[in-house]
Amino acid sequence: MIAYTLKRLGLALLVAVTVSFVTFMLLRFSGDPAVALAGPDATPEEIEIVRVTHGLDRPLLVQYVDWGRRALQGDFGISPYFNQPVEKIIGNRLSITMTLGACALSFAIVLAIPMGVLAAIRPNTWIDRTALTVSVIGQAMPSFFFGLILIIVFGVMLRWLPISGSSTWKHFILPAVALGYYATPAIMRLTRSGMLEVLGADYIRTARAKGLRAGKVLFKHALRNAIIPVVSLLAVQFGFMLGGSLVIETIFAINGVGFLGYESISRADLPMVQAIVLLVSMFYVVLTFFSDLLNAYLDPRIRVK
Amino acid sequence: MTVEKSAELPEIVFPTPREILFRRTVRHKGFLIGAAILVLIVAVALLAPVIAPHDPYWQDLDHRLQNPVWYADGSWDHPLGTDNLGRDYLSRLMYGARISLLIGISAMLISGMIGTSLGVVAGYFGGRTDMVISFLITTRLSMPVVLVALAVVALIGGSLTVIIWVLGFLIWDRFAVVIRSSTQQLRGIDYVSAAKAIGCSTPHILVSEVLPNMLNNLIVVATLEVAHAILLEAALSFLGMGVQPPLPSWGLMISEGKDFMLFTPWIIAIPGVVLSLLVLAINLMGDGIRDITAPEGRS
Amino acid sequence: MSPILEVRSLSVDIPLSAGMLHAVRDVSFSVRRGETVCLVGESGCGKSLSALAIMDLLPPRARRRAELLKFEDVDLMHIGPRAMADIRGHRMAMIFQEPMTSLNPCYTIGNQLLEALRRHRKVSVVQARDRAVYLLEKVGITAAASRLRQYPHQLSGGLRQRVMIAMGLMCDPLLLIADEPTTALDVTIQAQILAQLAALQKEFNMGLILITHDLGVVARVADRVAVMYCGEVFETGDVTEIFEQPLHPYTQGLMECIPIPGKTRPGEHLGAIPGIVPTPIGQLHGCTFRNRCAYAHDRCRQSDIEMVAVSPGRGYRCLLDLEQRRRRMMEREAS
Repeated sequence: MIAYTLKRLGLALLVAVTVSFVTFMLLRFSGDPAVALAGPDATPEEIEIVRVTHGLDRPLLVQYVDWGRRALQGDFGISPYFNQPVEKIIGNRLSITMTLGACALSFAIVLAIPMGVLAAIRPNTWIDRTALTVSVIGQAMPSFFFGLILIIVFGVMLRWLPISGSSTWKHFILPAVALGYYATPAIMRLTRSGMLEVLGADYIRTARAKGLRAGKVLFKHALRNAIIPVVSLLAVQFGFMLGGSLVIETIFAINGVGFLGYESISRADLPMVQAIVLLVSMFYVVLTFFSDLLNAYLDPRIRVK
Repeated sequence: MTVEKSAELPEIVFPTPREILFRRTVRHKGFLIGAAILVLIVAVALLAPVIAPHDPYWQDLDHRLQNPVWYADGSWDHPLGTDNLGRDYLSRLMYGARISLLIGISAMLISGMIGTSLGVVAGYFGGRTDMVISFLITTRLSMPVVLVALAVVALIGGSLTVIIWVLGFLIWDRFAVVIRSSTQQLRGIDYVSAAKAIGCSTPHILVSEVLPNMLNNLIVVATLEVAHAILLEAALSFLGMGVQPPLPSWGLMISEGKDFMLFTPWIIAIPGVVLSLLVLAINLMGDGIRDITAPEGRS
Repeated sequence: MSPILEVRSLSVDIPLSAGMLHAVRDVSFSVRRGETVCLVGESGCGKSLSALAIMDLLPPRARRRAELLKFEDVDLMHIGPRAMADIRGHRMAMIFQEPMTSLNPCYTIGNQLLEALRRHRKVSVVQARDRAVYLLEKVGITAAASRLRQYPHQLSGGLRQRVMIAMGLMCDPLLLIADEPTTALDVTIQAQILAQLAALQKEFNMGLILITHDLGVVARVADRVAVMYCGEVFETGDVTEIFEQPLHPYTQGLMECIPIPGKTRPGEHLGAIPGIVPTPIGQLHGCTFRNRCAYAHDRCRQSDIEMVAVSPGRGYRCLLDLEQRRRRMMEREAS
């Protein structure tokens, strides 16, 4: 168990280094940060001064190692826009994005899993077909478009819910739906196919042969087995939501890490962008590790001795 | 005991593989619907210069934000209305199809080449090479695609070419994963057939079983990645870091229209619905191909 | 002694795209307390489906019909699913062929054993656990108490099957149906499990329906036998009657296929029944065995063949009796 965790930790570190390195190089190669920092009206001399003061004239590798060294100590640089440490700004916004992600995931779970179970119990009926149709349409609609539709219908026409900001819990409803629905088809299909496979299994026949009631067979025996791969998927989807929250946060003016990322890109606030990319990828790595642990916990067959 | 031949065993006629595929294809409603929509959109895209009623860039400033024809004040001159600069929406929609399809297919080709090469190398050589490439895949998967694409495009400057290359270099992961496992299967067959004494020769198994399987998976992934690229471009253009105005990208049209969407919701609904329809059609076809070529995967 | 289970004219139909599959047709037999009835036949002859039909565990599209299906004076055809669920696992239990997949991999053995009992009886966890340990020891599992905490994947096939048997016995059922319980196990374990089953049956005075394709098993444990073919019962009788004087051409053929100690001479060729089993889809007339039967003639194709009752519990489904068949063979050899 310890060896396994250490191995995963090593992998996570390696991914962190690679991701941050690739991002670092990409950002530096895509444009000249000195130009971005100095501003649109800067003269070439002013740009040069900015370049030297920020140490942007040194070799790229040196710049990266310097960044990495400081990052390991928790120092991700100063944001030229906020003039404050990057990690502080991100820290303030992180809880909002996490809340949004959690709400979105909950929405997806509450919608997708019952639909998947129902579709599996009654395959090839109207329930099944409706579920599959909804899922197919859900995967085709871009999330920003869906978000805008929600704003028009629920925010403006019906006036049921607020459409911008993040002050109350109500503010999270529409964004959570807009962010979460995209994961719904995948979760529903996995639940459905898992249930269909499990319901045909021999141990379900045994459970029925013992005279267990239908509900118990369905939940205690069938779903318990079918849900194992779904849980892994949920963890990974949560990671995607954290990364994909950018668009939704921008539309609904939610002050989270995603919106911060978008604004930082517009402002060429490179230390911030660098840190956010690293943060999101680290979350993903941690979540996949977590989902593997969950898998082992839920399925006695694959537990490490 | 002697055998008395049964009089009822009929002559069993087996359908050819091609017949099986054809029959499955015409029965698969999803595939047919997807194909029909896709053919329509591709036709419109190809014929846009011929059938578009107006120049998509021409600004008719006297007729700005005109309603579509089903409103009382709409006209057949601009059947889908006009945008805030008086440009005909129908024409922009048609030209927008060209952009979406161009970006989708190009990005898919680039990412396909990258991903397939990586997958074949990883699957064939195995060992450390496989470890390295699998690590690369994991790293790519952990990176937030939208964020990175946004950042790169923002810094380089948005254009059709930039979008295509950036997306192409970002969405190769599924290709790599699928081709890698197909190639591993291929490798496994080598060792297995050496040990087994089957009637079929190794090349026969490869050609008749593994390669078609790999090709099928490749086509399915390619289809789904076209849709993926189209959605990503729309999102990037929507955020202003994609295709630049005045090009009629559907994502850009939604972005430009959202300031006015509360007055005329059609201005975002029309490109949004068409975009969804295109992605839907491609997804339906991809799922359909998967079902038709390997129905055992279905429930 | 009156039978605990009476099956009269049981049929199972399954709709397929190619037509209606008459998987089980006109199956009748009965089981008494303490008696072992073997349903024997080739794979696909409908013996498992018959058992599933009795337990109401058929796949969703299958339909069962019966003139009479009575268990302990309860008409099983006309009780609702809830009442049937109360009987299943409680008064009537079933164990299956594949021990490797018949237990839920996510729960311990103990959990699944206790569940079988506590579903039907109000007992405490401690009492249920005691019963589980008692039964595990009865089926020959050592260190039973610690086994309760183990997961199915930690046990071998033979052990899992013993657990299945124990699970079936948790509520002290009146009737146990065992569907090929030893087919998936090593030959050495087979004999042990069978012996265990027989011993348990005697001890608890249960009725036992044993489904098998192995005539050796039948010879060992059966009291009475029903020979099935292509969905029908071809012959019924005591085990000695079936082996020593088979009345149906199919049963005769089967007996010629197996080596019988004392009868078969060393070096003698064993028989074989040429041909394949037909699939009973759509309209059927006549005997389903006629394409493989040495005595078949025109009438075998036309009429529906009824069971000929020789004596209570002894019958065969053939138009010709032994005398008529002997005459036919002589006619054939003459021509």
